[in-house]
Amino acid sequence: MDKFKDAGHLFRLAAVFLAGIVVFILARGFLVPKSFGQYGHYRGNALAELKSLPVSYAGHDTCEACHSDVQEKKAKSKHARVNCESCHGPQAKHADDPTALKPVKLDTAVLCVRCHEANTAKPKWMPQVVSADHAGGVACDTCHQPHSPAIEAPKTEAKKEVKTGAGVKK
Amino acid sequence: MNITRRKMLVLLPAAALAWENLLAGEPEKAPNYGTAEHWWAMLVDIEKCIGCGSCVNACQQENHVPDGYYRTWIERYRVYDNDWDNPVVDSPEGGKLGFPSEKNPNVKQFFVPKMCNHCADSPCTQVCPVGATFISPDGVVLVDEKYCLGCRYCVQACPYGCRFIHPEKKVAQKCTLCYHRISKGLTTACCEACPTGARQLADLKNPNDPIHQFLRTHSVQVLKPHLATGAKLYYNGLDGSVR
Repeated sequence: MDKFKDAGHLFRLAAVFLAGIVVFILARGFLVPKSFGQYGHYRGNALAELKSLPVSYAGHDTCEACHSDVQEKKAKSKHARVNCESCHGPQAKHADDPTALKPVKLDTAVLCVRCHEANTAKPKWMPQVVSADHAGGVACDTCHQPHSPAIEAPKTEAKKEVKTGAGVKK
Repeated sequence: MNITRRKMLVLLPAAALAWENLLAGEPEKAPNYGTAEHWWAMLVDIEKCIGCGSCVNACQQENHVPDGYYRTWIERYRVYDNDWDNPVVDSPEGGKLGFPSEKNPNVKQFFVPKMCNHCADSPCTQVCPVGATFISPDGVVLVDEKYCLGCRYCVQACPYGCRFIHPEKKVAQKCTLCYHRISKGLTTACCEACPTGARQLADLKNPNDPIHQFLRTHSVQVLKPHLATGAKLYYNGLDGSVR
């Protein structure tokens, strides 16, 4: 039995390893979140947390539920496929409580040129103007109504004024 | 309080239970949304993009993206003298405020909106050492901000340059394909704001989605197909000079 007289060292070593493994398993059980591995190598609850973030843009379906008159007008015009919030900005707060938060009136001189200012890189089908030559500082909605931008008959006077420079604000 | 050995024996398991409960986190909040029933993608029609910057603006407002960082942006390509290999690309402020007009008439120009390609075999998720970024069961590449270490491996791994480290949170951020919106039946903020329909959210698992008809009948390409990332940002009318 002389061969095994020092075997005690090995048992002590094994006991230390075993204790280490037990501590590791316990610590892992406490530290790895419950939902980790639910769908894959990530925390499953992260999906629910990302889903629960608040929405800023209400979506055009929500807008049209109340503003069907605007929707009808827009549907017949060239702006039929431009969504409300594309110009009016995020309106989820207004949709949640329509009376408390009213969208502000938009400044057409700033807004329209975002799409319609002439740029040689824009595709040719896009109606474009050099705003300085086209309107010379007159707000776009003097002649064009954004929900139906084609100029209607009574508005042609205003257009004439712009073209001759009579109505230009100096 | 005098903590005896006996009290300690009771307190430790109680604390462990409380800790575990804390880690379990929030329960699922959108129970009607079936993650396995969707496979999200996006279609970008370059012929329809007018470079107005509405998408960039909408993305920043919807997702509170810090100034100077972009989850989506618009690049303007200018190819002079048919030199396809050396296009001039610019994107001032991500194209948020539009672009100055080019005076030279002998140049090929177009806009390329860019964002995360939501790759089916995404390089960024493969390099994450902690499982903080992942592909959701519905095909969206997402970041778990509570788990992210901010090590930047994913930022380097993305071949499309779509990730950044949030300057205050110090975690990786990227396009979530507006996961909080699409899981509620809405479209993404960029698609909602696009005035020309140049961007279309698409569900490849929905047989009635017009994307299937579009992909069959158009010359559609993804960016860097040689990297085999399984990119799901489909471009119609993509020019050979686009990188």
